[in-house]
Amino acid sequence: MKLDFSGLESSAPLYGGSNDLLFDGFSAAPAFDLPVTSNFDEYQKKSVQMVKPAKGTTTLAFIFKDGVMVAADSRASMGGYISSQSVKKIIEINPYMLGTMAGGAADCQFWHRNLGIKCRLHELANKRRISVTGASKLLANILYSYRGMGLSVGTMIAGWDEKGPGLYYVDSEGGRLKGTKFSVGSGSPYAYGVLDSGYRYDMTVDEAAELARRSIYHATFRDGASGGVASVYHVGPNGWTKLSGDDVGELHYSYYPVEPATVEQEMTEAVVA
Amino acid sequence: MECVFGMVGKDFALVVADTSAVNSILVHKSNEDKIMVLDNHKLMGASGEAGDRAQFTEYVQKNVSLYQFRNGIPLTTKAAANFIRGELATALRKNPYQVNIILAGYEKETGPSLYFIDYIATLHKVDKAAFGYGSYFALSMMDRHYHPDMTVEEAVKLADQCIDEIRSRLVVAPQNFVIKIVDKDGAREHSWRRTTKE
Repeated sequence: MKLDFSGLESSAPLYGGSNDLLFDGFSAAPAFDLPVTSNFDEYQKKSVQMVKPAKGTTTLAFIFKDGVMVAADSRASMGGYISSQSVKKIIEINPYMLGTMAGGAADCQFWHRNLGIKCRLHELANKRRISVTGASKLLANILYSYRGMGLSVGTMIAGWDEKGPGLYYVDSEGGRLKGTKFSVGSGSPYAYGVLDSGYRYDMTVDEAAELARRSIYHATFRDGASGGVASVYHVGPNGWTKLSGDDVGELHYSYYPVEPATVEQEMTEAVVA
Repeated sequence: MECVFGMVGKDFALVVADTSAVNSILVHKSNEDKIMVLDNHKLMGASGEAGDRAQFTEYVQKNVSLYQFRNGIPLTTKAAANFIRGELATALRKNPYQVNIILAGYEKETGPSLYFIDYIATLHKVDKAAFGYGSYFALSMMDRHYHPDMTVEEAVKLADQCIDEIRSRLVVAPQNFVIKIVDKDGAREHSWRRTTKE
């Protein structure tokens, strides 16, 4: 079945003029064959799913007594190809608010930057900082208005405002959830397991950072789409600080060092007569 | 896997909803309140697509408040139900909202009432209603044990029976439920039924 694009044809010929020797396909109306399938709707659905980015990443954030701990991996993958091991997935919206990136990198970076602009405008108009509730609502409303148009954003907004530490999960389906513990991405089920079992509200900053780092490490160990560097940030009453950025390969050997094997039989030089 | 159900009693109406917020196989949180208090004497339990549920119910809540500000008197439950249905119907052929709603309200003049509002803008005034996979279990339980003019204790007992049935028979049953009630003293939270600590 050929679609008819004659309405889009321009008056000037695309190639040469009347060049009978070469294949005359260029001056014909552009068209392409639609695939012959028994179920075209199913085929359409499958092709949309194929290009949909699967949010190959692991990010997490949780609230504890000293603020919010935010951590993420740094791998970018395109199907089976690792395109980068050093992507910044924790985005600094302003000095006291962080956003995490999962889904389309461009979507997350652009809309977080846009959110930063809106937060600054709010500060200038109202002479006070915007709350985490307000900032996450701004982002959620924007993403909701683009629903169904292919944006892929799974982000957490973490910050410290007048009410104390705040954490919201916002995604491109339009959902917005307030919570104390979230993990987003393909590696998130693995991270949730470690995070849930080790979490206590009254941890120190160091204990919380270690829990966040360990959760990211375990997710990168099992999930192929996560890896690279485990970055850990802390959001306190005076804003955020980056605590650490450790390569997960090196973390593996520090958590599970290789025992030197006991030597059973040692080879020695043969005695030369 | 979201379950919302409700029933009308002697001079009150009850709405029960699960409190899980789920994304494919992950439970993001299990204490998400899906029964919105529209005003002093109206409750709206909603289930459906995450973004749509929160955004549409807030839109309804703000419009109900606006009516009260502008006109000095609150909307009746029937009027609110018809407003909700009208909004869903207008959006249906362009940008449908995937939300199912159970609206419960109480008026001095007409007593308690319950409205079933579907995502394709169906509107029915009913005595008992349920949405979601849980409705397969809750509806027959309510059909069997419901009778008009139940007391609060009887209604909560029936709600508990429905919750227990959902918990034991639904393959991926929600962990926690919230029960809200509306009567002459207003719309308020009645109790929770939890299996998790959070």
